[in-house]
Amino acid sequence: MSEDVERSIFALVDSSLETQVSVEPSRLVPLVHLRRTLGAPPVLMALALLAIIALIAIFAPLLATGNPIAIDPSARLQHASSAHWLGTDAFGRDMYTRIIYGSRISLLVGLGASLTSVVLGLLMGTIAGYFRLLDSLIMRIMDGVMAIPGILLAIALVTLSGASLLTVVVAITIPEIPRVVRLVRSVILGVRNEPYVEAAIALGTPLPALLLRHMVPNTVAPLIVQGTFVFASAMLTEAGMGFLGVGLPPEIPSWGNIMAEGRTYFQLMPGLILYAGVFLALTVLSINVLGDALRDALDPTLSRKL
Amino acid sequence: MWTYIARRLAATVPVMGMVALVVFAILHLTPGDPAAIIAGDSATVAQLDQIRIHMGLDKPMYVQFFLWLVQLLHGDLGVSLISGVSVSGMIAGRVGPTLALSTTIIVFSVIVAVPLGVLAAWRQGTLVDRSVTAFSVLGFSVPVFVNGYLLILLFSVVLGWLPVQGYKPLSAGFWPFLQRLILPTLALSTAYIALIARITRTSVLEVMNEDYIRTARAKGLNECSVLIHHALRNASVPIITIIGLGIAQLISGVVVTESVFNLPGLGRLVVEAVLARDYPVIQGLILLFSFAYILINLLVDVLYTLVDPRIRY
Repeated sequence: MSEDVERSIFALVDSSLETQVSVEPSRLVPLVHLRRTLGAPPVLMALALLAIIALIAIFAPLLATGNPIAIDPSARLQHASSAHWLGTDAFGRDMYTRIIYGSRISLLVGLGASLTSVVLGLLMGTIAGYFRLLDSLIMRIMDGVMAIPGILLAIALVTLSGASLLTVVVAITIPEIPRVVRLVRSVILGVRNEPYVEAAIALGTPLPALLLRHMVPNTVAPLIVQGTFVFASAMLTEAGMGFLGVGLPPEIPSWGNIMAEGRTYFQLMPGLILYAGVFLALTVLSINVLGDALRDALDPTLSRKL
Repeated sequence: MWTYIARRLAATVPVMGMVALVVFAILHLTPGDPAAIIAGDSATVAQLDQIRIHMGLDKPMYVQFFLWLVQLLHGDLGVSLISGVSVSGMIAGRVGPTLALSTTIIVFSVIVAVPLGVLAAWRQGTLVDRSVTAFSVLGFSVPVFVNGYLLILLFSVVLGWLPVQGYKPLSAGFWPFLQRLILPTLALSTAYIALIARITRTSVLEVMNEDYIRTARAKGLNECSVLIHHALRNASVPIITIIGLGIAQLISGVVVTESVFNLPGLGRLVVEAVLARDYPVIQGLILLFSFAYILINLLVDVLYTLVDPRIRY
């Protein structure tokens, strides 16, 4: 297949899948366009929802009605009441409080994974894009990591290094890195031959300034978009791992762990899984809507296509 | 064509080697002594040393990697630490439900998603289009286990139409077999339908303004024929790509889905192996899934030539 066809296919597929590959350097986006895309009703709703969830996470101790890990054997598996707004789980723990505190864990995992993958991906992608000698080495390693199903890689890493918040974030981050590296590398390769980069080289700009001032800024817009998708995907992976019982230690009230504990009593009390599930789905949905809108706003050429 | 396939097949060798290296590195470089994990908490130092020598852990790392690679090339994935059965034997015993579930998901998703995407592109901007687009964002966001339990709640607990969980092989009859695959298929398909419908819509939209579509309409072809033979045919390359990539992502979804619906497939085997810390099984399964991913990607590339004669190698 010709290079062109391949590149256009992957640009199309990746952009719609999870990644946004913009080979062209991003240009200044008219503010009007940005405001129109981000001002659409669904996007505003997503932003509002995200703000609410972020506030819930920040003010969890004020909003909660008790202690998320306090066990009360006399109040097991109760239905919703004025004392327990969403009922209690099999240990008599208050579901509402657990879900409120769970938002902290889920957002922390999402934030940790997206920031780490963006930073590491930016570093490796820039090196691969600029230093041709290291390019094929880095990209072959990335191909290898990419071929391993993300959740399996994450589960294996957590099992081997012991479950904790840190290991789970690291384990979820590693499978996300190759896509970021590919994205950054394609942007760097794209701007390498731009006249302004050649001019900067001709003027004798030192390498760090050349990379930081002239090349890396082009990656910011696509990285913001990619970061939001990693955020959403990391939250889903954490929940999936928690659900399988191979994620965060069970005493941490993450949404995945809450749902995992609800499995046994699901037929009796579906809410044990569904309440946390609704929170998770709404958060991920808002982030995805926001990510799509950001992509459209930051890359007008793509938004016409999608 | 054949030389292309041979060349591509040869190109997968370094990637597979890299996967093997990454898997090896994960198991040997992460903190935690494999011998200590295998021996358990009560093992003495002498026992640990014995296990290390037995497993070859006392040899230098590159020797270990080489020996393991040679073993792999002989098709030997090792032996389970728990059951003592060969890993390839365990995989063979559990592959049925996974293959069945993957097949029904792919077939069902493609049958539903491609017409949906074409419909949305054809009626761009209408309510139909916006519903499909909204669904494609929603489908990505609802975790498969939430989906799965909602379906169990509705169809099994409330309506009582379908069994809650479990699996029957095809040899037990077609209906009992299919009956237990319906809910898992629906649960996991949502994400793939969302993905495939979205790409189908985008790629059909891309070609709808082409001259040959106008020509096809001008010569009096009916819309159906225009859409299927002219629009969809030309839009098929990205659609096939996404179906191929979807199969790769399917593996992660299958692991979770099998747990929700208690299907005794490879996904359950992964979780069982992880909970039991059965190293060789974890290792073997990761390798198997990764190699499957690489081969599926290769297959997709070869398929391009069949659907789009413009692509020549």
